[in-house]
Amino acid sequence: MSNGLEEADNAVDLAPGDEHAEGGVGLRVIGYLTGLGLAILLTATSFFIAGTDLVWQPSIPVALVVLAIAQMGVHLVFFLHITTGPDNTNNVLALAFGVLIVLLVMCGSLWIMANLNHNMMPMDQLMQMQR
Amino acid sequence: MSTVALTEAHHGSAVGREWSGAAPKRIVTGYGFWIFILSDMVMFSAFFATYAVLQGQTAGGPTGHDLFDLRNVAIETAFLLASSFTCGLASIAADTRNKSGFQTAMAVTCAFGLGFLFLEGREFASLVIGGAGPSRSAFLSAFFTLVGCHGLHVSAGILWLLTIMAQVFTKGFRSDIRRRILCFALFWHALDIIWIAVFTVVYLLGSAA
Repeated sequence: MSNGLEEADNAVDLAPGDEHAEGGVGLRVIGYLTGLGLAILLTATSFFIAGTDLVWQPSIPVALVVLAIAQMGVHLVFFLHITTGPDNTNNVLALAFGVLIVLLVMCGSLWIMANLNHNMMPMDQLMQMQR
Repeated sequence: MSTVALTEAHHGSAVGREWSGAAPKRIVTGYGFWIFILSDMVMFSAFFATYAVLQGQTAGGPTGHDLFDLRNVAIETAFLLASSFTCGLASIAADTRNKSGFQTAMAVTCAFGLGFLFLEGREFASLVIGGAGPSRSAFLSAFFTLVGCHGLHVSAGILWLLTIMAQVFTKGFRSDIRRRILCFALFWHALDIIWIAVFTVVYLLGSAA
């Protein structure tokens, strides 16, 4: 048999936000410092990209969104300690469901409203019909 | 009853995972609070969708490009990020039962949070005084709702932080108090994640457009 089953047997669930006790205080502080450093790097890049003329302008919104998602990932891993370990399965599944709903709400709203906007009669014609 | 089930699991086939009893209370509490945080994010996603739809509806009034001061936003971001880091240090101090370290880290977290709220309040006040209040246009209504809702969360978080400092001061690191610390840390870090979306979608994309 593969190790997968044994691993699952030995895995103890972790509460979201908790991390493995082994490693000691020094390593945990280094973990938070790593997260802080990466977050500062990504934030600074975002603010720099937003105001610069150095890159192709239409790429800026996409770059900002990608940087934001990357930074959310950094926060999830280094601050909230949501990992891919077997002890974190429940937390990750709940997160995945949350992300699904968030994407449905945002993309669905934008899609529907853009479609309605596109199909709406121009305002001046609408005003004339109401006379 | 449960011992029978246990021994059966021991001697029976190796199908499934060994029954080791109910999960500890810390995990149940943390998981429940995690679900709450995710539902909070779903609520914020509705506000974000509203804002994105109404962003262009300025009714002839000022746009985000005219209004937003990115330097102010950068300082707000730095405050929240630093507070998230000190909140993490407070969690470590709680796990090592270091009372003075915990109170110091929480006090610094509180100070950064208050600094953030001060800057946001100043920004809101200057907008309202300049005639760009929430009633000016649909864009500004959505802006004040979204950013104000995040600000309300931070305010509530600071009140919660103060009650936790008081609880640790009077009761020490009892296991129920430590569960509350876990939930508070989750809440505070989640606020920082929502702020990433706010400064990207509202301020950076808004002032670029």
